[in-house]
Amino acid sequence: MSFLSYLINGISLGSVYAIIALGYTMVYGIAKMLNFAHGDVIMIGAYVVFTAMTGFHVNPIVSIIIAMVVCTVLGIVIERVAYKPLRNASSNLAVLITAIGVSYLLQNVALLAFGADTKSFSSVVQLPPLVLAGGALTIQATTIVTILANIVIMIALMLFVNRTKPGQAMQAVSEDRGAAELMGINVNGTIALTFAIGSALAAIAGALLCSAYSTLTPYTGAMPGIKAFVAAVFGGIGSIPGAMVGGLLLGVIENLSRAYISSEIADAIVFAVLIVVLLVKPAGLFGKNVQEKV
Amino acid sequence: MKRRMSKSTVSSLSNYGLVIALFIIVQICSAAGVLTNQIEGLLIPVCIYVIAAISLNLVVGISGELSLGHAGFMCVGAFSSALFSKVTEDSMTTGPRFLIAIVIGALVAALFGFLIGIPVLRLRGDYLAIVTLAFGEIIKNILNIVYLGRDENGFHLAREVGGLHMSPEGETLVKGAQGISGTPRDSSFLVGIILILVTLFIVQNIINSRTGRAIMAIRDNRIAAESIGINVTKYKLLAFTVSAALAGVAGALYSHNLSSLTVSKFDYNTSILILVYVVLGGIGSIKGSIIATIILYVLPEMLRFLQDYRMLIYAVVLIIMMLFNWAPGAIAWRERIVEKFKRNKTKGVS
Amino acid sequence: MKLKKILALSLAAAMALSLGACGNKSDSNADSGSNTAAQSDSTGGSGEGGTLKIGGIGPLTGDNAAYGIAVQRGAQIAVDEINAAGGINGMTVEFSMEDDVSDEETAVNAYNALKDWGMQMLLGTVTSAPCIAVVAETADDNMFQLTPSGTAVECLGDAGNAFRVCFSDPSQGTVSADYIAENSLGEKIGVIYNSSDTYSTGIYESFAAEAESLGLNIVAEEAFTADSKSDFSVQLQKCKDAGADLMFLPIYYQEASLILQQADKIGFAPTFFGVDGMDGVLGVENFDTSLAEGVMLLTPFFVNSEEENVKSFVSGYEETYGETPIQFAADAYDGIYAIKLAAEQAGITADMSASDICDAMKTAMTEIELKGVTGTIRWTEDGEPNKEPMVLIIENGQYAEVE
Repeated sequence: MSFLSYLINGISLGSVYAIIALGYTMVYGIAKMLNFAHGDVIMIGAYVVFTAMTGFHVNPIVSIIIAMVVCTVLGIVIERVAYKPLRNASSNLAVLITAIGVSYLLQNVALLAFGADTKSFSSVVQLPPLVLAGGALTIQATTIVTILANIVIMIALMLFVNRTKPGQAMQAVSEDRGAAELMGINVNGTIALTFAIGSALAAIAGALLCSAYSTLTPYTGAMPGIKAFVAAVFGGIGSIPGAMVGGLLLGVIENLSRAYISSEIADAIVFAVLIVVLLVKPAGLFGKNVQEKV
Repeated sequence: MKRRMSKSTVSSLSNYGLVIALFIIVQICSAAGVLTNQIEGLLIPVCIYVIAAISLNLVVGISGELSLGHAGFMCVGAFSSALFSKVTEDSMTTGPRFLIAIVIGALVAALFGFLIGIPVLRLRGDYLAIVTLAFGEIIKNILNIVYLGRDENGFHLAREVGGLHMSPEGETLVKGAQGISGTPRDSSFLVGIILILVTLFIVQNIINSRTGRAIMAIRDNRIAAESIGINVTKYKLLAFTVSAALAGVAGALYSHNLSSLTVSKFDYNTSILILVYVVLGGIGSIKGSIIATIILYVLPEMLRFLQDYRMLIYAVVLIIMMLFNWAPGAIAWRERIVEKFKRNKTKGVS
Repeated sequence: MKLKKILALSLAAAMALSLGACGNKSDSNADSGSNTAAQSDSTGGSGEGGTLKIGGIGPLTGDNAAYGIAVQRGAQIAVDEINAAGGINGMTVEFSMEDDVSDEETAVNAYNALKDWGMQMLLGTVTSAPCIAVVAETADDNMFQLTPSGTAVECLGDAGNAFRVCFSDPSQGTVSADYIAENSLGEKIGVIYNSSDTYSTGIYESFAAEAESLGLNIVAEEAFTADSKSDFSVQLQKCKDAGADLMFLPIYYQEASLILQQADKIGFAPTFFGVDGMDGVLGVENFDTSLAEGVMLLTPFFVNSEEENVKSFVSGYEETYGETPIQFAADAYDGIYAIKLAAEQAGITADMSASDICDAMKTAMTEIELKGVTGTIRWTEDGEPNKEPMVLIIENGQYAEVE
């Protein structure tokens, strides 16, 4: 029975990673950049939800919508000011470093605006937990909602990317930016749209991350951001189902190794598994291995 | 017989010149008593990060691979050299002990670089980046639970301090999260400068040799390089190992500069920080790495008067500098300004 | 080549700018310094004894910023009170806190910056690892150092110039184990500690050693690291499965508040026992304090105490900063008052060099007895404080003393 509860906790953790990884992978797939500031956009989203819910007693759903709006605007502004001027820079490392600068900036803005001390985040899901097997197994409502939200978002994203015009524009931009532009696709608009969607997802991820672990500081987004980045690579970066599977696997592996091997080196084990997977499948579980040509 | 020096030789020599000139300027200022305690305290750390940035540039700039685990190599270099110095503190004199410690730091880091490089270098781009990040985190995670003690029966290794089972006279050398404290503080600015010169010598000789040309050929077009008979794995591994060894040197300098050494210092944030120095200075430009490291390391210290806004302003300055140096729009604008300036000057002369 | 020149130029310009700005700052400092000097000259030493510059180092940004900011505020309150009451030996106290991001290297940089500012004594550093690095520097310079909250044994060095306000790690671990054994609080003990943190592992190790010699039964020892400090479900489940009826938590209040919430979610309700890092758990914004009901903690600071000095400190702090002070703030407050007491004992004057001050303070510290907000403290020669820890229990959302 305790195995099952470790597994469920792992899935719970993994579904949070997955929802962050979805945002990562979207942006990577289209803009071809590692948005290191994604974790911090999540943190900002969580602060907005927290302020709305605790400070102004706004309904949780409305709070999340407010946060989505704020994060979408933030995402577009960041893209315009910090990333777009570097889109045609001679190395794509330049935009990576700028993203790190943005990450520092957001952390320090939050530090000055909200203070350094931890806030206790009340869950946006105010439902009783699911109790199974006569109380031996408890599944938190937040976990269930997170997993459901994950599935809904994943399906919606896949439908959007495959079935709609802007979605197909995204695919085209991701495939070949120059060719897409020649075909009359508004590349700047498409990339801005990607950032908008990614940032809106970040707001949801922030609300769910903090609901699951009820803690919020200016640095809350940093480590889950890195782990979600690992999850996205694990699944094959750029692949939407890959991000989901990668996130879930990462959470499960982390929790099971914490339970059965050692709680001190669980992170090391996660990273070791990642390395092994990448050595066997160099483009991640769901990634396409593109052949290089001369 | 006169021979004109090639462009690369001039550039290499000017890098040595830059470092030596900086050293002389600092010495003059120091003798004149105009250096504040703050600046003097920053000298050794700047040397540490200059070495780290030059060595990372060998991987990122010359070999064209993105590595996010450079701090991991610094970490093993720092710990192995600090351990050696602590063990031999009473039995050796400072000079030779520190020299051997640096060599040990370099060798251990090189060994790690070699072992990690073999499997990892077949990956490319962001996948390589994430795996190097993973290795850095693994090194940090494992060193966190290493306890090493010594008593008259020899060394004891355990996962926690209770597991050491030492005699009462025993001394705990490595204490898990608390790391190593009380390492002799042998680092000095002079040693730092000498090590930068050694690093420059090694890296520039690689770049300007047949090996360097092979490495850059692989960077520019791997398949073409392979087809003309360049052993891709060998050259990539060489660059990676040398880079790791030099990071180990930087680590050794670090651990002998402070009396407290903890692994938490060497997380991915430090790796990223070194990458920031390299990219801001211009990927592949050794001189850029040196200058950017000095400025970016000194900047947050000089911003202390801003108090609470210090790191905020630092982030803003970092973003602006990146845009200024890398954005095609900004580059074109700068060129126009320079062009204008030049035209005015020639007009003035004629 | 052109580009590179421009790059170099622009970077150099940025540097010159920041240097210039900094230069201005030190100039204005020097000005104000000379002003006060001129003033004291003109008044001919009647009451005006110049300024005593006390520096502080701690994390004001980064993950541990909450602790550094608390120290900064606690110390500032004490400094303001002292200045309002006429200063130390007639000297006005100036306090300046520098950020170290809880990093050894930055702490030493901050220390050097403070020396340029003219620091005569150091209140710091806040966290242990940077403290070990800085104490080597202060020992070299013979600078008096009083750490409010550096708990590791090595924080004091062995030069005799460093003292601390808080308990050391081993003493907390040992006293906790003794208390648990004496009052037989638990049959089966579980521990959750932060294996990447010096403070937490330090206490855990001494606790485990003492527990073993007392025959306490530790059934589960679970760790977490700074990289995964939000999900404790596995650690709690393992402790629950092991049947722990007492959980010893040598960690800070942020993680403790999470552990309390997550234990509640899985229906695990042992007695929780924390150390001084647990203090502050009731102050976490929006935390459901009913979850902390019955939590015991061993701490020298009792925020609801009826003692007059504690009351005035707490109300002053709440008035100025709008929050309840945590133990870090209390330690810093006592630290400043300890400096005051010792400086008066030693007859420190503003024109003494830092080294002379240190020599005088070293002896004076062992002679004073401070009735502080964290108890009555006397110091030994090796810098350790002698004070009585209190065991508090959380009842009705308030800290209360255990009878």
